[in-house]
Amino acid sequence: MTTLTPLSFPHTNKRLFITLVFAALAWLIAYNIIQPLADWISYSALGFAKDSRFGESLAFFLYDVPKILLLLSGMVFAISIVRTFFSPERTRALLGGKREGVGNVFAALLGIVTPFCSCSAVPLFIGFVESGIPLGVTFSFLIAAPTINEVAIIMLFGLFGWKVAGLYVFSGLMIAIFAGFVIGRLKMERYVEDFVWQIQSGAGQTLDEKLTWNNRIERAWDSVKEIVGKVWLYVVVGIAVGAGIHGYVPETALVGIMGKQAWWSVPAAVLLGIPLYSNAAGIIPIVSALMEKGASLGTVLAFMMSVVGLSLPETIILRRVLKPQLIAVFVGVIAIAIIFTGYLFNIIL
Amino acid sequence: MLTIKVLGSGCANCKRVEQIVRKVVEEMSLDAEIIKVTEYPEIMKYNIISSPGLVINEKIVSTGRIPSPAEVSTFVASALEAAQS
Repeated sequence: MTTLTPLSFPHTNKRLFITLVFAALAWLIAYNIIQPLADWISYSALGFAKDSRFGESLAFFLYDVPKILLLLSGMVFAISIVRTFFSPERTRALLGGKREGVGNVFAALLGIVTPFCSCSAVPLFIGFVESGIPLGVTFSFLIAAPTINEVAIIMLFGLFGWKVAGLYVFSGLMIAIFAGFVIGRLKMERYVEDFVWQIQSGAGQTLDEKLTWNNRIERAWDSVKEIVGKVWLYVVVGIAVGAGIHGYVPETALVGIMGKQAWWSVPAAVLLGIPLYSNAAGIIPIVSALMEKGASLGTVLAFMMSVVGLSLPETIILRRVLKPQLIAVFVGVIAIAIIFTGYLFNIIL
Repeated sequence: MLTIKVLGSGCANCKRVEQIVRKVVEEMSLDAEIIKVTEYPEIMKYNIISSPGLVINEKIVSTGRIPSPAEVSTFVASALEAAQS
């Protein structure tokens, strides 16, 4: 009997690729005309003076909103294509048999490319631990996956440039490796809820999908629609507030409270970031504007990582499988690692 | 008669999958029982590590994402075919 392969239509392949090429061209053209267009609308069509506060804020807004939305759609598409080659099941197989140390590094790296949503955190945790992956290695993955988040990377790239985006990814990796390693060394297995150790997964039967390029492109397009659909409003509101700060708040206004000299600003930023998960997309444009006015990079990055890495919803979900002591260690170790990274950047940059 | 199970602790994505399944079952006017599996020990019996999972006649057809209605109907069609042969 031939097996049904759903959704494989080889004859449409060519058309799909041509559509993709045209989409890419349209994207490039759009990306290159938004700056002159934003300036033209603000200064010529609407006639605001080039050095007026409102004109400057408006031009900033009209340029940044389409730029970030274009970057988000284009890059989420590319990242999602890459992610169709990975799955949590495959990651688990790759991590099986890795020692602590090497395992932590691998787990953190795989956390970047494996598709992950925080609602899957519990089955993933159980599945990893039960297949014999050390607790610390599992945590390296669970920290890296949400912290090194695609929306955060793309927006940092769009608003701060590739160096800051790269630093962000690098420090996210370091924090995941370090925190996972520490949790592993602390031997906290007994603080995992007891039912986890009793679960016995059904053997064998796992889903092994053969994806065609059509499937990959379709899935990537679906995630563009889903992610952009979810964050666009935050982006617009965030950039509007950012544009206001850009035009109206005096330069160096924030040096005193968010600059390098204020030692307490890093821990304060981390604390403030914990409850702010869902607004990650809206927060980056605001912190970008704050930085222009004297907030320091370490403080800003610490804030960002706390927003995406230490999210309240994920912690609540993980409470189902972790006892309070382990939850406290989990939050504590990550918070300390983020604070340390924040200070480090404030000192070296 | 089909048994369709939606595996997941009740997050937004799991609810979406359930809605899509209900719609497909209704449109194809199938004789199907739709079961929501929300307890982790029960979910883990299917050896999945990303939710939501979709199981038709005890066979896993999708994990970790929301399949489109078109996909769900091909899953259902192949399950029906397998049941007959």
